Amino acid sequence: MLIAQRLALGFLVLFVVSLIIAAGVDALPGDLCQEMQGQGATVETLKACREEIGLDKSLPVRYVEWLGGMLKGDFGTSLANGREISELIGTRLQNTFFLAILAALISVPLALVLGVLAALYRNGIYDRAVNVVTLSSISFPEFFIAYILILFFSVNLGWFPSLSNISPEMSIAEKAYKSLLPALTLTLVVVAHMMRMTRASIINLLASPYIEMATLKGMTRRRIIVKHALPNAWAPIVNVVVLNLAYLIVGVVIVEVVFVYPGLGELMVDSVRKRDIPVVQACATIFAATYILLNMTADILSIITNPRMLHPK
Amino acid sequence: MTSSDNHDMLLTMRGLRIEGQSDDEWSEIVKGVDIDLHRGEVLGLIGESGAGKSTIGLAAMGYARPGCKISGGEIIFDGINLLEISEDERRKLRGVRIAYVAQSAAASFNPAHRLIEQFTEGPVEHGVSNRATAESDAKTLYGKLLLPDPDNIGYRYPHQVSGGQLQRAMTAMAMACRPDLIIFDEPTTALDVTTQIEVLATIKNIVEEFNTAAIYITHDLAVVAQMADRIKVLRFGETVEEADTRTIMSHPTEDYTKTLWAVRSFKKESEGVAKSVKPLVSVKNVTAAYGDVPVLHEVSFDIYRGKTVAVVGESGSGKSTTARVITGLLPPREGAVYVNESKLPGDYRRRSKDQLRHAQMIYQMADTAVNPRHRIRDIIGRPVAFYLGLSGNQLEQRIRDLLSMIELEPDVYIDRYPGELSGGQKQRICIARALAAEPEFIICDEVTSALDQIVAEGILKLLDRLQRELDLAYMFITHDLATVRAISDEVVVMLEGRIVEQGPREEMFKPPHHKYTDLLLSSVPEMDPDWLDELMAQRQREGVMESASSS
Repeated sequence: MLIAQRLALGFLVLFVVSLIIAAGVDALPGDLCQEMQGQGATVETLKACREEIGLDKSLPVRYVEWLGGMLKGDFGTSLANGREISELIGTRLQNTFFLAILAALISVPLALVLGVLAALYRNGIYDRAVNVVTLSSISFPEFFIAYILILFFSVNLGWFPSLSNISPEMSIAEKAYKSLLPALTLTLVVVAHMMRMTRASIINLLASPYIEMATLKGMTRRRIIVKHALPNAWAPIVNVVVLNLAYLIVGVVIVEVVFVYPGLGELMVDSVRKRDIPVVQACATIFAATYILLNMTADILSIITNPRMLHPK
Repeated sequence: MTSSDNHDMLLTMRGLRIEGQSDDEWSEIVKGVDIDLHRGEVLGLIGESGAGKSTIGLAAMGYARPGCKISGGEIIFDGINLLEISEDERRKLRGVRIAYVAQSAAASFNPAHRLIEQFTEGPVEHGVSNRATAESDAKTLYGKLLLPDPDNIGYRYPHQVSGGQLQRAMTAMAMACRPDLIIFDEPTTALDVTTQIEVLATIKNIVEEFNTAAIYITHDLAVVAQMADRIKVLRFGETVEEADTRTIMSHPTEDYTKTLWAVRSFKKESEGVAKSVKPLVSVKNVTAAYGDVPVLHEVSFDIYRGKTVAVVGESGSGKSTTARVITGLLPPREGAVYVNESKLPGDYRRRSKDQLRHAQMIYQMADTAVNPRHRIRDIIGRPVAFYLGLSGNQLEQRIRDLLSMIELEPDVYIDRYPGELSGGQKQRICIARALAAEPEFIICDEVTSALDQIVAEGILKLLDRLQRELDLAYMFITHDLATVRAISDEVVVMLEGRIVEQGPREEMFKPPHHKYTDLLLSSVPEMDPDWLDELMAQRQREGVMESASSS
């Protein structure tokens, strides 16, 4: 019931987002034909070009056509090269998810462990050091971190390649090796959030009577944090983790461009440059859908980690 | 357990000093207290809040809450100086040899784990027992503490069990490693009288059965009289006096102890209601529900000008819901509320400003009922300006008059924030705010439940004086029958959303009663140290316990 309600709301949000995307893309100066013909364009050639690819129709008409296609599962075709967008996006979407999963596998356990340890040794040297390091890394722009990592690990040490040009034929291990620097960049960006929320939610609970009770039962500090505080701290932690997962998929644009990683973000930036509107729209819709879906997952997870919900009276 | 000479000493505290931190300053909250406790003995610690009772209780485990530190004296438990051993050694004593039972069982059980998991945690982690043995022991103890379905209740989560049952499950948990000493920190304060008595009786039995020593902390004298062999009276972190229970109950020597004993003696004059007078407020055949859950069934009673109707019952009996119907927060399904014989709209949004002005409320938690960011001037001034339209000097004068009425010096208090007041003073501010609207009728919802007895007594006397001066009608919601005895003219007894008995106070406190009123009345602890034992024996003969424990 609740889940159905959330799902319906999610679709509504997705619809509104697609409207905003369509309007936003339309507001960009210039169009594909101008971009392709460049200096040599004349009024006649531009008109002919626009008629050929349907750009002469008004925005509402194009939007309705696009929406109709989407509902049938048809993303349309690229204006630039006439290829099916679904085919264009397919492997790139996989690559983006691969990068996001790799980054999540590193960052989520790292953030949880760092957060629990920070709560355990709070206000000590360890706690401060972790806070300073993670806060510094979140404060730098992503591309800056990316270039620093390239400088050290790729240029100076030569451990990892600076370009992550992966292809479908590669083995998972090879893909992971090539994607490690972008994944590390993303990790440095997201770990601070999750770690600090873990620390804060646990410390927040340490004043609860049941934590005092556990202390007075003679439990060790480690057991109190892991067994008594952590299970009750899941709801806020799960929320932040999932929001960061969404960021890993949606926020990769810049990182993908820096590492020339063949993901969805790079495709989107490329398509914006070319004014390839259907591709931009498709990418943006996928990003929005991912974001909404993960947010919904966060809501549902935080509800079901509550024992009152899991075990009703 | 009377003579203590033949027992050996279990716990000795000498010159215990504990400091607490507030606003970066350390001040002494326990100022040199001595305690001697023999094996198997129960010591009662009694005093108002701020007397340092809980702090001393926790110190017996070598524990100080965050923001507190043990700054002097010594604590010797069975030959071990708790202040000289390491934190890890203290940890190994806690739960094994000294256990703790907290005030609010609902908050002190971890909501994420089953009761029995929390029971077995202690014995298993301390290496006293293995999981299977601990589980079967848990079931035995649940049975001894008269929990329903002892074999299965442990597999429930804390929110699936009632407050009284949780408190008993917590006592069982404290017993898990068969400690030498248990600290009971106000274990029944949060419970209804009818539930309290069962918890008291089971705690008393099990402590006697295992010959466990206990420190029993409470602010309720009648309760401690049932539980303790010796009583120590504390005030401002110092011992006032200490003696064995019977001596101190019958011959208190210190003046402060005598005032504690005398608290329950306040009783207002009640002349009864003349038959010819018309009621100010009439609740007629009110039936109400939250969503599809019915909570009130055909509730009817009258409230007269200058009189107090006390509405009594356990939590969940519909007392507060009745107040919500009268104030219009919950429109009734059937029936209506009449003021001066004219019918009020069910929904407060459809009532006129004047109708709203005439019924004001005072709440249980003064802390949460006032905005901590508003000065007293604004808290009281707001209803004056809203209902009476006063401003400028007139408003200022009115606020000062109101502060004088509630016995707070206007010059001192008018510009303070609620955080700078004590609990009793905050409740007085709430009374002033209710009076500011110049109402004819005030609903007092458990207004003294969160206060110490001496402070509560002050509030009751103030309400009584205001009633006589301003001819106010009160509806007084409470679960405390001592309060009812003190302030009511008429009594309404509620159970499961119905009125089971109503009438003038003098009649209500005389038999014959409805069966439930009888149970309620007989459950109020009395000062007599033998009261609990005699009552339990009598109830066992009559079989009342079964009907009570099912609630």
